[in-house]
Amino acid sequence: MNRLKGDIRLALALVLAIAGACYVLFPGYLGLMTTICIVAMFALSYDLLQGYAGILSLGHAIFFGLGAYTVAILGTHGVTEPLLTLAAAMVVAGVVAGVLAPVVVIGNDFNRLLVTLGFGFLFYEAANKAGSWTGGADGLSSFTVSPIAGLFEFDFEGKTAFFYSVAGLVLTYFIVWRITTSPFGSALRGLRENTLRMYAIGAPVTRHRAVAYVMSGAIAGMAGAMLAQTSNFVSLDMLGFGRSADVFIMTALGGTGSIPGVVFGAAAFTWIKDALSSISPKYWELGVGIILMLSVFVLPDGVAGLAKTMRRWRAGRCPSTRSKPTN
Amino acid sequence: MNLQGLLNVGVEGLAYGMLLFLISIGLSITLGLMRFINLAHGAFAMCGGYLMVVLMNDAHLSFFSSLVAVFLATGAIGLVLERTLIKRLYGKSELQHVLFSIGLAFVASAIATILFGPQQQAIGLPGWMSSPVDFPGMRTTGYRLFILAAGVIALSLLYALFHKTLFGARVRAAVDSQDTASSIGIPVSRLFALTFGLGAAFAGLGGALAISLLGLDPSFPLKYLVIMLMVVAMGGSASILGAFSAALFLGTADALFKYYIPEVGSFVIYALLVLTLIFLPKGLAGRRS
Repeated sequence: MNRLKGDIRLALALVLAIAGACYVLFPGYLGLMTTICIVAMFALSYDLLQGYAGILSLGHAIFFGLGAYTVAILGTHGVTEPLLTLAAAMVVAGVVAGVLAPVVVIGNDFNRLLVTLGFGFLFYEAANKAGSWTGGADGLSSFTVSPIAGLFEFDFEGKTAFFYSVAGLVLTYFIVWRITTSPFGSALRGLRENTLRMYAIGAPVTRHRAVAYVMSGAIAGMAGAMLAQTSNFVSLDMLGFGRSADVFIMTALGGTGSIPGVVFGAAAFTWIKDALSSISPKYWELGVGIILMLSVFVLPDGVAGLAKTMRRWRAGRCPSTRSKPTN
Repeated sequence: MNLQGLLNVGVEGLAYGMLLFLISIGLSITLGLMRFINLAHGAFAMCGGYLMVVLMNDAHLSFFSSLVAVFLATGAIGLVLERTLIKRLYGKSELQHVLFSIGLAFVASAIATILFGPQQQAIGLPGWMSSPVDFPGMRTTGYRLFILAAGVIALSLLYALFHKTLFGARVRAAVDSQDTASSIGIPVSRLFALTFGLGAAFAGLGGALAISLLGLDPSFPLKYLVIMLMVVAMGGSASILGAFSAALFLGTADALFKYYIPEVGSFVIYALLVLTLIFLPKGLAGRRS
């Protein structure tokens, strides 16, 4: 517990220091850094679900997109206060997660993958068909976002957006850290490590998973809402399969179950994607595909597990022979 | 809605279902046998499609010899991939399976884009395939009839292979209990490689046949991923008849809804998936995985 507390103090200071340094050193890249902070929030929400509760999902962008569309739709109907719409987005995403949770938490990993994929495409199609609400394939861009708390207006240089998203990331970091270090977090880790034993000690397995799903959904909704507010645009790709796959990939590469690892993974992924996609999207696909295939063999615990993997290499045990924990 | 239209759409849907069966059967077997979640299985179908295009358009082989070559080539690719990379993944967690296979699917799409470009590909069908065939009350093409026949032949061959031969008995034994199967001397590892290759070969065949019906472009593996997984989920793992009935059902349902109620079109398929998993988590065949 003390080690974890030290961990977060150090990591939070590091995040703030890096954000501050970036602000001073690369003022031309505030937009990209805003995106990185928001994507990192989304990745943290996914890490809570997959890294801690052990629930694989390929449809987590549902909640991100729901958050974004909540802001946009409220914005077109006159509710423009960012903090209010942020809260509304969290509620909407959380409630939808609560409705989906009973279906998602039953069954095994394969069923969960399928159900989340199915829900993901279902929501995508729904948003696509409900064009009068969501703008369909064109997206929504004509909604207004008022100044935050009536004080800080979103400017063209993106300074307000940048500080807003850094604040969001710090808040998310703290929330996820708080959840994962609580007794509930220990229960989630127990579920991930050995579900049968958790049943045996009488833990309410299904309820724990459902609660984790709702929390994770609400945080993802918050991240989506912030993206809509800072970019003043929502589109179908905010809830498509691509975004679900991205968050799955960056969390795994960063190191599931490690908060700083996931933030690093999200930042590196978003930055490299931005850089490579501007050269050519096909080389981005090729590059990320090769990295993914290699990572399974050389980085089984992600970047955050690098030290552990190195130790295993030095001990003469190839990481690829690691067997999976028995359930 | 008139009867002729209904019959036409029905045949269209059945042909689609047969293709789905050919493409997904390998996934169903590998998932049941090796517990390997292969999200890149559609890449074998795409690979078969592009091979078909190259063989017919550039090497000027005939339709049938190309099909045979595609079947053998994708099977060999699957076999090599299993022996070099995929066999190292069996002991790992589902998370690692998904990561690896998504990576493989990305790489396959990117290579296809680099080699062939993002556009749709086409092949010239033999004359008798593209000409219409008339039945009392409906009209279809030789191509669709050929797909139907190919699907039925593949079903009977696979069924015979899995239920009438020693090889099939061994595979079924390994599906039920891998440990027991290997303890009585069944070479499980070799079975894995052979069935993986066989699955890839059928997927390649399906992909090659699908060019003129479903199209072929680099997004193929992801575009048909969900419906392939649905075939597996509804069919139950490693069940040939289950996968066949699920594929035909999904193909026909998809075609009927897209044709008659286009507003809800693709909605229905995803809703069906979710409903199946809620009410029949073990698939239509009800076989334990």
